[in-house]
Amino acid sequence: MTDRRRFLELSAAALAGIALAPGIRLIQVAAARPLDAPASGKVRWGLLIDTSRCGDDCDACLSACRKENHLPQGELRRTDAQWIRKVAVKDMRSGSARQVPMMCQHCAKPPCVDVCPTGASFKRADGIVLVDRHICIGCRYCMMACPYKARSFVHEPTTGQNPEVPRGQGCVEGCHLCVHRIDRNELPACVEACAATGRKAMLFGDLNDPAAEIAQRIAQVATAQVRADLRLDPGVRYQGL
Amino acid sequence: MAAWLTGAAAGVPRPGIVIAKPGQCVADKDTMRRSHMDFLKHQRDQTVRQGIRTREHSLNECVACHAGEKSGSVLGQDGFCQSCHSYAAVELDCFECHSAKPKPVAKP
Repeated sequence: MTDRRRFLELSAAALAGIALAPGIRLIQVAAARPLDAPASGKVRWGLLIDTSRCGDDCDACLSACRKENHLPQGELRRTDAQWIRKVAVKDMRSGSARQVPMMCQHCAKPPCVDVCPTGASFKRADGIVLVDRHICIGCRYCMMACPYKARSFVHEPTTGQNPEVPRGQGCVEGCHLCVHRIDRNELPACVEACAATGRKAMLFGDLNDPAAEIAQRIAQVATAQVRADLRLDPGVRYQGL
Repeated sequence: MAAWLTGAAAGVPRPGIVIAKPGQCVADKDTMRRSHMDFLKHQRDQTVRQGIRTREHSLNECVACHAGEKSGSVLGQDGFCQSCHSYAAVELDCFECHSAKPKPVAKP
């Protein structure tokens, strides 16, 4: 019982942010957004992926994503949606190889939003790039515009969706940072699964909050944005790439 | 005459609406019949675009309450949504993408 209570207290502390001193807490914005409040423009959600901690044979984030969002399971077919994939990168000279999880990079200046003819691709106030499937016509311009190949088209009818993650044939989709989980103050499924393996290669948080762990890590260690030359300012950063 | 005007005369086909969990909806019956689509559309834009997740006009809440007892769904011949939409010949697009069954309650 004591152990359980202690665990609950610890989890509550982790959720609410670390108490600096009585009354002062980190991640205050994230801790309390009521159901009827819109996403805040003061927040910018982002990910930091430490590639040195990411295991070559580990696919915890991929399977967690498929499970959470009810994406096709089993052997991957060419037409199946992939919201997150592991990309193998290798330095030919040194032979150093890395597996890098790649998903929608949630750019500050997303090209998918620029090219969308209907306004279905959009960036939410807190920096999450989403598809409004209600007005997506499935033209796939965004898939061509995205330099990260982050979006997929749903070719086949869908059944048994997660009630919180509607998805259907004829629309383009991509990683939504588990926006339904973020809105109730939970971590994205991939981040949670990665932490559960003990590798802790993925860190999620508010890039705009100087007190957040992710912002502090980015300020301290060298991190990279993929294709930074495009100046899209992705919200996903990589360490050790 | 009055019965004929209200469409309640014998022999007039009526949609077989089965309400599995009778109770208080978020508005009265007439308002819901006339305006449920507007409520849903308003809510959907707020939720997708701004992340406002109030439960009152959320489609998931409709499904949670109105899913049939046997089928567990709002679709099907006796499904709450489909029975009326078939009767009125109005296409029901929501469930091309949305789940017609409520989220299973997590087991403790």
